[in-house]
Amino acid sequence: MELKDKLLASFMAFEEKIDTHSELHEVRSNAIKNFEYKGFPTKKEEAWKYTSLNAILKNDFSVFPKKDNAIEFKDVKKYFLHEIDTFKLVFIDGIFSSFLSSTTHDGLDVCLMSSALTKPKYKMVIDTYFNQIASKEESLTSLNTAFSLEGAYINIPKSKVVDKPIEIIYFSTGTEAALMVQPRNLIVVGENAHVQIVERHQSLNSNPVLTNSVTEIFAQKRAIVDYYKVQNDVQTANLIDNTYIAQKQESRAAVHTFSFGGNITRNNLNFYHQGERIDSTLKGITIIGDKQHVDHYTLVQHATPNCESHQNYKTILNDSSTGVFNGKIFVEKEAQKTDAFQQNNNILIGDKATINAKPQLEIFADDVKCSHGCTIGQLDESAMFYMQQRGIPKKEAKALLMYAFTSEVTNSVKIPELKAKIARIIADKLGVNMGFDL
Amino acid sequence: MLEIKNLHASVEDKEILKGINLEIKAGEVHAIMGPNGAGKSTLSSIIAGNENYEVSEGEIFLDGEEISELAPEERAHKGIFLSFQYPVEIPGVSVTNFIKTAINEKRKANKQEEMPANEMLKFIREKSELLEMDRKFLSRSLNEGFSGGEKKRNEIFQMAMLEPKIAILDETDSGLDIDALRIVANGVNKLKNENNAVLVITHYQRLLEYIVPDFVHVLMDGKIVKTGGADLALELEEKGYDWIKNELN
Repeated sequence: MELKDKLLASFMAFEEKIDTHSELHEVRSNAIKNFEYKGFPTKKEEAWKYTSLNAILKNDFSVFPKKDNAIEFKDVKKYFLHEIDTFKLVFIDGIFSSFLSSTTHDGLDVCLMSSALTKPKYKMVIDTYFNQIASKEESLTSLNTAFSLEGAYINIPKSKVVDKPIEIIYFSTGTEAALMVQPRNLIVVGENAHVQIVERHQSLNSNPVLTNSVTEIFAQKRAIVDYYKVQNDVQTANLIDNTYIAQKQESRAAVHTFSFGGNITRNNLNFYHQGERIDSTLKGITIIGDKQHVDHYTLVQHATPNCESHQNYKTILNDSSTGVFNGKIFVEKEAQKTDAFQQNNNILIGDKATINAKPQLEIFADDVKCSHGCTIGQLDESAMFYMQQRGIPKKEAKALLMYAFTSEVTNSVKIPELKAKIARIIADKLGVNMGFDL
Repeated sequence: MLEIKNLHASVEDKEILKGINLEIKAGEVHAIMGPNGAGKSTLSSIIAGNENYEVSEGEIFLDGEEISELAPEERAHKGIFLSFQYPVEIPGVSVTNFIKTAINEKRKANKQEEMPANEMLKFIREKSELLEMDRKFLSRSLNEGFSGGEKKRNEIFQMAMLEPKIAILDETDSGLDIDALRIVANGVNKLKNENNAVLVITHYQRLLEYIVPDFVHVLMDGKIVKTGGADLALELEEKGYDWIKNELN
């Protein structure tokens, strides 16, 4: 059976199993109808021109994990920010692991989507926010909505400054021959509240995994949201990340996406402005090799006046890897005094590496500042010679230059332990030990 | 220490060096002067091993070993240092981390253990004081946003750290105000001893007032056309290069 048919057949069984509000049933039914109508995206669609899911979809994915799988903390410690105290929401094969997690209801909610969707006390928040900015048109988001049950539910009340980062980690154990998981996260950050969140998807062996994740983030007035996505997965893991962020006036939201591995990774990152003087930051580093593929598809919808957006994506491609950057900036007629900046720099190391870069600016206001710059190049030879002259061998010099190339993005990571972790991953990817923590 | 025999070199089929002969002994300071386009920077790049130039003929010996086939880093490990006219900016890598890497790579190549962290710190402090460098300077990204003077001072700081056998200063005086020039020259003079040598490449005589050469060579059109003592530099300053051209004709 094809995966699409399998999913459609599974939907009925899925709905029978769970008890949710009736409104939600309608949301799910509409979503599965949209998915049934549209199916998985193909390269014929403009938005998926450079990314094909065909090969992945041939796997016979299990749609529901068959049993609870346990993991020892010591075996997965390295995937956490273990040097510091954090809130943790950990899922194993899509199922919440209370053993590895550290949740709270004390002054803020860091808990489970499954509780939020079923317990009456969360109903108001769910009714107000759930599926409000996630696309009703995009088929993969619809597929997630139809099956949405588990994931992170984070609600930060007004003026709460969360004093430690929140980690959301999805592990796949590989107990199933091939597993599809569809996490659904909802994050509401109240007025003047401040939160740092790190999200990671990690397979623990080489059985194929397809993750189709949807995250909705709401930043209320003057809220500050720092969101980090760490993608450093095994070569049989595939990730489709759909993130939707709505910002109210004077809020600041930043998403850093570190794409260091996996088979196919697609990041759909969407920002919607709903107030004035909003600041949005989208930054990313992609370092991949072999036949890995990473596709960043960003949208910033400037709908209100006096807002800023800053995009900066750095890509290093080795071997036969392929990268895609499609950055869409949409400035509506009302969005005067918009300041939108987009930068995308790419270095191709591998002879067979490919980058497809496409800035897309649609501007309907007349008093705006929009700029974009895209470069594709090799490493600077004069810089190589300079470093070699100081005794740094070619391989290390290359690595140092590549590290330097990405430093604009790593420097804005606000959690020092995460910054150190990212630097270590980069050094490891580049195959060097610099003799100091980069 | 450094011996260059009949060196011919070209870049993109254009011959730039047309038979250079030069011998520098330990303890000596040599200066190469010459008009723009004479091949001064080409010569320093080739000694350091820049692969953009093709050596078509001739040999370069360091302590009797022919080095013209060696990679730039191998020459550096053997004690060749080139202070760049235009040092390259490397954002995200601090001066301290860069020099640590350079020193430990050299030690690794020479089969030595890495320098212990406390020893390294002490060494860095000592040499940065010699160049009158601010502590904050060391944690800044290498050459990023540095003024011309800071870049050159940082080059000599690295030279002090790496303790080369032969240091080539390529137009180190360009872009320096008089204070920076004094600090840089003072640094070079303090590092100078009977076991190492300095080759100063310069267009003007100014730097040679501070770093006094034992020999001055005039490079014109890819050849050394005249060699003299320190007073030759003064003569060139006064009369320019044309009189040598006339003398040759």
